[in-house]
Amino acid sequence: MSVVDLSQGLGLALRQLEITLRQPRGPRRILGPVSLAVPPSEVVTVMGPSGCGKSTLLAAICGTLPPALAVSGRVLLDGEDITTRPPEARHVGILFQDDLLFPHLSVAGNLAFGLPAEVRGRRERRQRVEAALAEADMAGFAERDPATLSGGQRARVALLRTLLSEPRALLLDEPFAKLDVALRARFRAFVFDHARARGLPTLLVTHDPQDAVDAGGPCLQIDADGSLPGSSLSGDRPAGRDNRPGGLS
Amino acid sequence: MSGGPRLAGGDFLRFVPALTLVLFLAPVAAGLVGTWLPAFGYLPVLGGERFTLAPWIHLLAQPGLGESLRLTLLSGLLSTLVTFALVVLLLAACHGGRLLMALHSAMAPLIAVPHAAVALGLAFLIAPSGWLVRLVSPWATGWNLPPDVATVQDPNALALILGLVVKELPFLLLATLAALGQVRADERLAVARSLGYGPVTAWVKAVLPAVYPQIRLPVYAVLAYALSVVDMALILGPLTPPTLAVQVLRWFNDPDLSLRFTAAAGASLQLLVVAGGIALWRLGEIVAGRLGRGWIAGGARGGNARFLRAAAAGPVLLLVTLAVLGLVALALWSVTRRWRYPDALPSAFALETWARQAPEAGAVAGTTLAVGLIAAGIALVLALACLENEQRRGLTLGSRALWLLYTPLLVPQVAFLFGAQVLAIQTRIDATWLAVVWSHLLFVVPYVFLTLGDPYRALDARYARAALCLGARPARVFWQVKLPMLLQPVLLAAAVGFAVSVTQYLPTLFAGGGRFATLTTEAVGLATGGDRRVVAVYAFLQALLPLVAFVGALTLPHLLLRPRHPALDRAPA
Amino acid sequence: MFRRCLPPLSLLLAALAGFAGGGAAAAEEKRPWDDIVAAAEGQAVYWNAWGGDEKVNAYIAWVGDQVKERYDVTLNHVRLADTADAVSRVLAERAAGKDRGGSIDLIWINGENFAAMKEQGLLYGPFTEVLPNFRLVDFKDKPTTLIDFAVPTDGYESPWGMAKLNFIYDSARVEQTPGSIPALLDWARAHPGRFTYPAPPDFLGSTFLKQVLVELAPGPDILQQPVASDAQFAEVTAPLWNYLDALHPHLWRDGKTFPASGPAQRQLLDDGEVDITLSFYPAEASSAIASNLLPETARTFVLDGGTIGNTHFVAIPFNANAPEAAMVVANFLLSPEAQAVKQSAEAWGDDTVLDLSKLSEGDRHLFSTLSRGVATLPPDELGPTLLEPHPSWMTAIEEEWRRRYAG
Repeated sequence: MSVVDLSQGLGLALRQLEITLRQPRGPRRILGPVSLAVPPSEVVTVMGPSGCGKSTLLAAICGTLPPALAVSGRVLLDGEDITTRPPEARHVGILFQDDLLFPHLSVAGNLAFGLPAEVRGRRERRQRVEAALAEADMAGFAERDPATLSGGQRARVALLRTLLSEPRALLLDEPFAKLDVALRARFRAFVFDHARARGLPTLLVTHDPQDAVDAGGPCLQIDADGSLPGSSLSGDRPAGRDNRPGGLS
Repeated sequence: MSGGPRLAGGDFLRFVPALTLVLFLAPVAAGLVGTWLPAFGYLPVLGGERFTLAPWIHLLAQPGLGESLRLTLLSGLLSTLVTFALVVLLLAACHGGRLLMALHSAMAPLIAVPHAAVALGLAFLIAPSGWLVRLVSPWATGWNLPPDVATVQDPNALALILGLVVKELPFLLLATLAALGQVRADERLAVARSLGYGPVTAWVKAVLPAVYPQIRLPVYAVLAYALSVVDMALILGPLTPPTLAVQVLRWFNDPDLSLRFTAAAGASLQLLVVAGGIALWRLGEIVAGRLGRGWIAGGARGGNARFLRAAAAGPVLLLVTLAVLGLVALALWSVTRRWRYPDALPSAFALETWARQAPEAGAVAGTTLAVGLIAAGIALVLALACLENEQRRGLTLGSRALWLLYTPLLVPQVAFLFGAQVLAIQTRIDATWLAVVWSHLLFVVPYVFLTLGDPYRALDARYARAALCLGARPARVFWQVKLPMLLQPVLLAAAVGFAVSVTQYLPTLFAGGGRFATLTTEAVGLATGGDRRVVAVYAFLQALLPLVAFVGALTLPHLLLRPRHPALDRAPA
Repeated sequence: MFRRCLPPLSLLLAALAGFAGGGAAAAEEKRPWDDIVAAAEGQAVYWNAWGGDEKVNAYIAWVGDQVKERYDVTLNHVRLADTADAVSRVLAERAAGKDRGGSIDLIWINGENFAAMKEQGLLYGPFTEVLPNFRLVDFKDKPTTLIDFAVPTDGYESPWGMAKLNFIYDSARVEQTPGSIPALLDWARAHPGRFTYPAPPDFLGSTFLKQVLVELAPGPDILQQPVASDAQFAEVTAPLWNYLDALHPHLWRDGKTFPASGPAQRQLLDDGEVDITLSFYPAEASSAIASNLLPETARTFVLDGGTIGNTHFVAIPFNANAPEAAMVVANFLLSPEAQAVKQSAEAWGDDTVLDLSKLSEGDRHLFSTLSRGVATLPPDELGPTLLEPHPSWMTAIEEEWRRRYAG
């Protein structure tokens, strides 16, 4: 665990992030307030029972909350306040449980979808896609239909697609849950390796304690009603208990 | 603060639902008012300056009004009841079975065929000198001359009821099947059967009460249509006197201009009839609910009811067969040179009718095609815009909005088209493409919306979220992610909209001022023209166009989307 | 066979345009014929005529070729679905103040439409007296050439062709045809369910009722006057209702339902559901046989005492752009040559308005060698033409019929 000096302005930080549901009777708190910081190349794990709001937290960070939910507090990425930006302008990548590869595009099409518009020219874009595939040991898969890939292959393509969009943070919404045990460990390593290699602050939401172990970073617990036990009001330290590898709270 | 500043495109989208509502509800409302006013004597252009009850008095003094009302109520209520009963029986007896799947696929094309074509085919089929009699005469029946029995245009509107049931059964069946998915019918059925109930009883006791609220609006739409239908009534229904809607149309077309007031009063009466019919049905619902609750609580298990399967499928198969045979008969007539009474098949075939009618029919088909495509296209754009706006703003379609959507389908056409026509004349858009397309839009938009709504909302929202987080703007997400994934439902909705436009009869007549000829107006107009061959050509074309649209909607995605890799079809686990 | 009803929009348009009654009456045409022909050279005539029959359209096209060749007049056939469209347009033009250069030069017209236009002062003329061929018309035996539905033409419309009520039957099934209305009742009794008539207000059905009335009424002159009172109406039409009450139980479908139109009943004849149907054009049966719409054994018969007939005319609107050329066309239509071509079965089969005895030997020959359809009665066998009653009788009869039999 490390405490990062936020004055450096790198990484993903949440300051007093609170999500409430707009109701006629008055707002109802769904989650929070949560404050944490994810340094670059680090993985912070968030755990909690189903329905406690983990996925909502991720939605708040990447900006895809439904309008019925209101957010207070701030989300900072590399020192910039991205709380009010639309999702397409936040440069926050997200991976879900399901690979969600677009079925009407080929593998290459899916991967190219994420490429920033600044990368111009078909050949340049093509090269990037091929390079990514080669690096993931999937050269030659470019023209394949995603439906013809195995589960593990699709998961890898999903990650590649996210990485190709040059995010500055990575959110993982239980991405390993649908993979079988053997595949899980391999893919987990694959994801963390890539994230670390690009210096991405990563926030992982999961059920599986083994994920947290493998992540090797701090672990945040959320209660069933969306509150964080022992939440602190300062923004510099991750709230909740410390988590040493092998120990859980 | 949630989300962020919306882009300009999103702001524009916000107005689309309001625009859509205005577009297709305002003419209905204006038309209703424009028909009520003359009903009470106020129509300045024809000299009606003061409010008076004279039109109503004149209306009630018309001979045959009572009989017209009797025919309308009888045909409307009975046909809806029979349709509903058949649907329930069929689903209860054949739930999930292969027979149901087969019937489902057989019925789907029937929905595409316009009402007029079905009616024309049936009219020839069941007439005393019609095909069914020709097939068995005179060798089986000894009828050298046709028997003098009224099977078409009979005084009790039985032929009309038959035609209505044939056309409405597929619609209601498909609507109910869609609703079954939402109420988890399979699970309910499993639970009930595990408690010892026979299959049919289990369905009626456990599934029907849950699914009925979902199909209430489609049932009302069927009832409203049956009570106010004009084109089928002109072909199959009695004519002396006719049903109320036909009679009102005759008054509207009468050279004596003073009858317009009576016609407006009659149109308002038609509205009351439909409202009353729906209210009566609602009363029936309540009574059935009371009695049903007692019956359900009684615990009668019901038997295996194997024979009910046949009893249910039999009539439905018969109806589908009749419809198909009728269409085949039309096709035969279009290539006939001579077909006299008791011959089972034409004695001389020729393509000369097609050749002679080709220029005229081609032009009319062109008009039909153009109006249909434009109306379906606009409706599609509006529906997509509304749905996308709905998703971006996180709204959901309330039941009140659903009723609004159904309004043009519940209000009888005859009750507001006259007022809309007067309005169109005064704004000088009458007898223009704008008026005709707009009048079709009134009915196309609800159907397109209903067809597209569920698939659109059912699309996994995470695809859009993933795409947004990959850096794509919402517009790009819509065009490059959502739309391609929804290609099949979108095309299907377009085909539905097109079919609805092709089948419109009264709107084309009123808004087009008699200047626009579509395949439907021509087919109905020629129905009594004494040359079945010409009618058959128009009816066949009229049936063909929507069928082609549906086939196109179902096959085009396979051609447009990327073909699958030939070597692998299924991924290894 | 054109419908009588006026389309709703046209009338509404006319009403909205706010037509005023009366108006300046056009002056009588008095110029010498040669002047008129000279003025007509190079003019274009827009003839608004019903366009629902291919044969008629072909004949009009032939007329166009002839007048172009002989008089250098260009004839444009504006196809109408309904004459009332043209009436409304002239009305609207007058309401808009367009007193010359109108869009219609010639209208194929008769009956109610003519009465309306004449009453509103919308017609050019009187002009028929200057047409050289007008004197060839058979005014004696064809009184309807001067009186159109009890309204005198007064020279405002020029006759063109004849229509006459007749009966089509299947000679393979019917041996003896009835010769009068009472005989028809006897025939219906002997052959129940084999006869019917289209329901009024269909034109043919109404004409059948008028035929019955004319034959059974106390005195036919009464019918030429408007209906005087309800009492008079009840008294005069009593025989008609007695007849129908006796007839209906023996009709097709027991008289409970009726065919929608003449063509619909003709279809019934072909299907074998009835044995006799009605028609207003003596050549219709032959035409139908040639089109495979009736069996080859179909034939026509008329009643011994004569049947109702009328004439169709052409008229010129008050604001016609080319009235001289229109008159040239009207005159040509009356020429023996044009009338003979029109009457031939290949072209149209519409009967002539001319008195053959007034024609020269050569012209008469044109008619005697005409081919006639196999089912068409020759003109001398068509019997006398009875006059149409005043329109007010028809309206009242239709309403009473509906009250009695369609309620």
